[in-house]
Amino acid sequence: MSTRDRIVFDHVSVGFPTPSGLLPVVEDVCFSVRDGEFVSLVGPSGCGKTTMLNIVAGFLKPSSGSVTLDGAAIAGPGPDRGVIFQEYGVFPWLTVENNIGFGLSLRANQRSKEERAEVCERYMKLMGLHEFRRAYPKTLSGGMRQRLALARAYAVAPQFLLMDEPFGALDAQTRTAMQDLLLEVLQKEGKTAMLITHSVEEAIYLSSRVVVVTARPSRVRCIVDVPFPYPRTQSLHEQAEFIELRSTMRDLVMREYAAQEQQARDAAPS
Amino acid sequence: MTDANPLRRAALLALPWICVVLAWTLLHYSGLVNPVLVPTPAQVARRFWELMSNGKLPIDMLISARRVLIGVVLGTLLAVPTGFVLGWYKNVHGFADPLVNFFRALPPIALIPLVVVYFGIGEAAKVVILFYAAFFSGVIVMYEGISQISPIFIRVARTLGATDGEIFRRVIVPLSLPHILTAVRVELGVVWATLVASELIAAQNGLGAMIQNASSFFQLDLIYLGIICIGLIALGMDLLLRKISQRFLNWQDRISA
Ligand SMILES: Nc1ncnc2c1ncn2[C@@H]1O[C@H](COP(=O)(O)OP(=O)(O)O)[C@@H](O)[C@H]1O
Ligand SMILES: [Mg+2]
Repeated sequence: MSTRDRIVFDHVSVGFPTPSGLLPVVEDVCFSVRDGEFVSLVGPSGCGKTTMLNIVAGFLKPSSGSVTLDGAAIAGPGPDRGVIFQEYGVFPWLTVENNIGFGLSLRANQRSKEERAEVCERYMKLMGLHEFRRAYPKTLSGGMRQRLALARAYAVAPQFLLMDEPFGALDAQTRTAMQDLLLEVLQKEGKTAMLITHSVEEAIYLSSRVVVVTARPSRVRCIVDVPFPYPRTQSLHEQAEFIELRSTMRDLVMREYAAQEQQARDAAPS
Repeated sequence: MTDANPLRRAALLALPWICVVLAWTLLHYSGLVNPVLVPTPAQVARRFWELMSNGKLPIDMLISARRVLIGVVLGTLLAVPTGFVLGWYKNVHGFADPLVNFFRALPPIALIPLVVVYFGIGEAAKVVILFYAAFFSGVIVMYEGISQISPIFIRVARTLGATDGEIFRRVIVPLSLPHILTAVRVELGVVWATLVASELIAAQNGLGAMIQNASSFFQLDLIYLGIICIGLIALGMDLLLRKISQRFLNWQDRISA
């Protein structure tokens, strides 16, 4: 891990026009993600996390301030940034194999047929999808769809991995397995990762740093360094330092949740 | 309905039809209606063989089927791009929607006088009526389907590096296909239902014309025969389309029935 900054949020603000005026969603956010780092964003739902990820993904421009990738402005979405969406978005009309191969068959990542087959093969094996290669997504479980989305994003060899609550819809066991798989694959391929989650536990377990954001509009509440070295295993959850860090951070985040609740109550007509 | 035993399955499929034919026969002999007004299935069947062997019925069927197919093909060719634009560009949809519903609500039979003025009484007039019916029913199915396409797939494709052209060909087209097939099925139903009306326009041939001529001569068995033929051909075409859907769209959660 070097200390080179790769994703830089510099005084970023975003507001959305609504019928009742401009809704500030992100306010003056500054933080950066260094090369090979795993940074999580934690905050109450509806605070503006997806909005921030959308800026890095290239779907949205900040109202003021800037987000840069390796020092350059972001022009739009591109295959250098793999995105895992909250609703996986696996293509229902393609088989598992063709979902994974989709990216490599595009002009932007043109590969030979052999190379494509080899990449598909590799990720099907890695993600445990091999025996379902000819199956359509409708027959897959939630966990398998999630792995398929991950494999599809990985196949085009992005330098960045952006994930929006990727494990939110999974049961506890699948979720644990997916976390370990993610760490394993990241370890192998050394990518720079940004994850949105509302689980403090998950954020600590996976990340090298956690950015806690406030209730809407999102500001950076604090940035916490996670001191545990990689590779990590689930037994980390039982270590005293982990438990302590988790409870301090939970307190922090709970306060923001309470603030968000209050906001919602104030906004609701009584 | 899935049954392991093919014989029982066939029997179950045939059962409702047998019931209808039985009820029909009973009605004839029941004395509830004047038997002259309700021909027996056997009489209709005899008519069927007679007209099949002298070659009149196959020609009428072919001519009607051809009109229907031309109407559906032309209607689909226009309904697909139109429905697509309406479904895709939400602001266009807003003002076009009442217009589409206005024209769709007009019964094609009410348009016949105008169509005769503009298109004469030839083949073109009949096809125009059928095209009209096909287009307005197809366009609604298309735009409702297209507007339900989730933008997530397009966003995913973008992040993988797809260009606009690639997104259209490789994401939007496959996602539209089920809606196109549904539109065609709906159109076929509506167009077969409109056929008799369109053949009111000075038609000498076709199943609709056959029914109308029969009614002037009070040949009830012929009327029954015409109606049954229309129903059966429409049913056959629908079954064929459903098979095609199942074959090519088996990725769907559920084939729209
Ligand atoms: N395009 C948009 N137009 C208007 N409001 C939006 C838009 N996108 C998001 N919002 C609002 O911004 C807030 C933050 O949304 P989001 O970033 O999705 O939150 P999170 O991912 O943290 O749950 C929400 O209140 C949402 O309603
Ligand atoms: Mg979100």
